[in-house]
Amino acid sequence: MSTTSAAPKKQHSRLFGLPKETLLDWYDDMLLVRRFEEKCAQLYGMGKIMGFCHLYNGQEAISTGAVKGAITKDDYVITAYRDHGLAISKGVDPKPIMAELLGKVTGTTRGQGGSMHIFDKETNFLGGHAIVGSHIPIAAGAAFASKYKGEKRVCLCFMGDGATNIGAFHEGLNLAALWKLPVVFIIENNRYSMGTSVRRSSAVEELIKKGLGYDLRTEVIDGFNVLEVYTKVKAAVDHARETYEPSLLEIRTYRYRGHSMSDPIHGHYRTKEEVEEQKKYDPISVFAEILKAEKLVDEEWLDEAEKRIKAIVEECVTFAENSPEPPLENLYDVYYKESNGE
Amino acid sequence: MPTVSLREALNQAIDEEMARDERVFLMGEEVAEYNGAYKVSQGLLAKWGPRRIIDTPIAEAGFAGIGIGAAMCGLRPIVEFMTWNFSLVAYDQIANHAAKMYSMTGGHFNVPMVFRGPGGAAHGLGATHSQALESIYAHIPGLKVVMPSTCKDAKGLLKTAIRDENPVIFIESEVMYGDKGEIPEGEYTIPFGVGEVKKEGKDVTLVSWSKVLAHIVWKSVEKLEEELGISIEVIDPRTIKPMDYDLIVESVKKTNRLLIVEEGWPFASVGAQLSDEITRRAFDYLDAPVERVNQEDVPLPYAKALEKHSLPNIDKIRTGLKKVLYID
Ligand SMILES: Cc1ncc(C[n+]2csc(CCOP(=O)(O)OP(=O)(O)O)c2C)c(N)n1
Ligand SMILES: [Mg+2]
Repeated sequence: MSTTSAAPKKQHSRLFGLPKETLLDWYDDMLLVRRFEEKCAQLYGMGKIMGFCHLYNGQEAISTGAVKGAITKDDYVITAYRDHGLAISKGVDPKPIMAELLGKVTGTTRGQGGSMHIFDKETNFLGGHAIVGSHIPIAAGAAFASKYKGEKRVCLCFMGDGATNIGAFHEGLNLAALWKLPVVFIIENNRYSMGTSVRRSSAVEELIKKGLGYDLRTEVIDGFNVLEVYTKVKAAVDHARETYEPSLLEIRTYRYRGHSMSDPIHGHYRTKEEVEEQKKYDPISVFAEILKAEKLVDEEWLDEAEKRIKAIVEECVTFAENSPEPPLENLYDVYYKESNGE
Repeated sequence: MPTVSLREALNQAIDEEMARDERVFLMGEEVAEYNGAYKVSQGLLAKWGPRRIIDTPIAEAGFAGIGIGAAMCGLRPIVEFMTWNFSLVAYDQIANHAAKMYSMTGGHFNVPMVFRGPGGAAHGLGATHSQALESIYAHIPGLKVVMPSTCKDAKGLLKTAIRDENPVIFIESEVMYGDKGEIPEGEYTIPFGVGEVKKEGKDVTLVSWSKVLAHIVWKSVEKLEEELGISIEVIDPRTIKPMDYDLIVESVKKTNRLLIVEEGWPFASVGAQLSDEITRRAFDYLDAPVERVNQEDVPLPYAKALEKHSLPNIDKIRTGLKKVLYID
């Protein structure tokens, strides 16, 4: 994994001095998330993935820019049920994620959680939560622990636009601001919660205004440009690391698929034309154009990237398919953790 | 008698009650423009308009509270939870406020409203989206809890619920919405606290409700009767609170044995309550301790085999029957 701190030999102003290998790494990450999700859609259609499955297509610049780009392994990430992409960008091995989706014992949570509950302690990925908004105070709690222990870890807390309407959001923001907890709240504003637009569900359409009531640092970010996501999230993260002060960021994005695999892509709430129009600003294409314009890649490289990523996704599927189901005895395996009185 | 799906039966009940009483309105996430997350409210926005079919933001505590306040001040809200799992976010509103209002205000204010939506497990929805929560609602004084297993019962009971002067917890099932059944022509209601013998039998009384009855018990009964050479009497209490203990006691007097099959966890469950009550009331008639089939006492896993193994199933019912009948 490349870091973003190495000084580049040649300064590309629109590339914020990021080294080439970092940028190419990010491209791979975005493409991996996209192709991984497309594979999920296929497997869901085949009945191999069950229950609810919420895909990340269209939002990849956020997971890559914010999670792969702007934080370190020690930092925490927490989100809702739309969690595969953020987990991959956090460095969770995609093979166990796929195995989890197929309900296999080699999955991230041994088949316990499924799509909505990806967790990984090793990479500080705190999940994967399915009750809208409930993870927001939990994020503040992770930040509380960091500060309590005198650490410099920051927690990135992702949520949908719809989640800003629930009580836990407001309690979490107030507490984080009041106690100066190093958490960056990130609204992934994809304009809809299921079939309800922001306009029909929030008294303020500019969602960052909700941070003003708690005197939070706020920023609106273009979610189709991975570089903008990176720089602005990085600034909020750096600020939290230095001052322990939280921020509220609103990243404007779009989801290409239906809310979950069982919901329609378009319907009364948005038109097919709107979805198609939005795809013209596809975050992966936008990034590819920047990389090409800067002469960092050519068509051949992009074709190679497709092949490389396809192979990784295939590897994930093979791993998942060949893994065993959890044995029935596992039912009480993670019942209560044994307490040894220490 | 017309045949309808469960979602149509519920839809008819809401529609008829809205026609009958201007104070009745429906509120919840995606109930209006989306026509309901599970299409129970299909067509109601078109018919009744946005004043009475109301989309809410994701704010369960907020809109449950709005329902309670509106009910205190003369309206008859139906609040839909997309699933009952999300009602936990509004549990304070329901348990601390709706349930207590009539008693706590010395009769000044009652809360005539219905909280409804699907409960229990579907398939592969995982720990937070699969919960059978009837016992934590039935536990609270002031609430009534209704859990139909047929289209006919669902329609008649929902109409009764909407007309009730108290907060009613009405728990449906996502996997039952497509189930078909006959319903009587025209207007009818079904009273609370009146169970039904859904099948007569003589060797053992089996009490079950909602989806577990509709989808698990009915698929097992005939097979197990044949296999074990027994005759099972099946009772659906239809309302969990009030509970028709008398009907069950009468049946147990005849069969002398009782098996309760429910989806909820075993600790302090509805079945545990039933077992206690029937053991006291029919002690002299019981030939064996009351047996219970429940979901395993763990958060429900996602993986298919584990999920199946955890929930009530035919194997668990067989084991329960053998135990209560002293077979083997
Ligand atoms: C408390 C609660 N209420 C309802 C739901 C059902 N639900 C799941 S996701 C969702 C929409 C959320 O939209 P948003 O926050 O914008 O996130 P997005 O899905 O767009 O990523 C709803 C209503 C839930 N999971 N939790
Ligand atoms: Mg959204």
